[in-house]
Amino acid sequence: MLNCKSATRLVSEAQKRALSVRERMGLNVHLLMCSGCRNFSQQIPLLRQAMRGFAQGDNEKAGK
Amino acid sequence: MTPEEMDAASDKTTAAPVVMTDPELLKSLRGQMLKFAVLQLGDHSSAEDAVQEALIGALKNVAAFRGSAALKTWVFAILKNKIADALRQKKRLGEASALMQEREEQEDMDELFNARGFWEADERPAAWGNPQETLHQAQFWKIFEICLEALPGQQARVFMMREYIGLESDEICSTVGISTSNLNVIMHRARLRLRECLENSWYFKKGQPC
Repeated sequence: MLNCKSATRLVSEAQKRALSVRERMGLNVHLLMCSGCRNFSQQIPLLRQAMRGFAQGDNEKAGK
Repeated sequence: MTPEEMDAASDKTTAAPVVMTDPELLKSLRGQMLKFAVLQLGDHSSAEDAVQEALIGALKNVAAFRGSAALKTWVFAILKNKIADALRQKKRLGEASALMQEREEQEDMDELFNARGFWEADERPAAWGNPQETLHQAQFWKIFEICLEALPGQQARVFMMREYIGLESDEICSTVGISTSNLNVIMHRARLRLRECLENSWYFKKGQPC
């Protein structure tokens, strides 16, 4: 079974490449059982969105 | 830039944003720009040049700028271009960057996971509630910026090259002198760190009594 170190790595890599069927299956099984990595997998796309927003100056528009 | 240069540049324009004419604000903005440029370019003199050119460019095009709220973003957008140019120039001149400090950055990864590669109990990511909402909150962005600045040097450099300046992966690899798999590892570590910092500084603090 995948450990969390490898699972988070796959989540991160999925941002830039399509995972193979085997990788996806391994990851999905891990995510079913691991709330930490499940949370992580939901937070990474948000980080990316935040980073895009930051680069475009959303931080200077927020709350104003 | 010197006050004389500033006057000369701003005479050509009307109604420059206040930051461009207020010495204290300008000094603070310039300091932030310089810090970022030094991180990216690795030496003070080319960083000074990039910041200087960006500020002059900003003053020349001040008429194109509307609304002072996003002034920092606007000046940094110019700076990003200057830095990208300077990085390409350095690459042409064959000024290789310092090699990545792999070792020290490996160590902080080991704090997150135990020997078998599973989350340490106190490092396991928590649920963040409704994170979309937070992107509209000014306080969130302050913490986001602090967390970005807390990334260790080489991680910060590579992560910002990719996600902030917007260089392509192959450009980063040849500029910094790393392989694609190094790049992936560094990006991944930066995300882990950034996530951890946000969780500790924002999602956990929120709603807790002081």
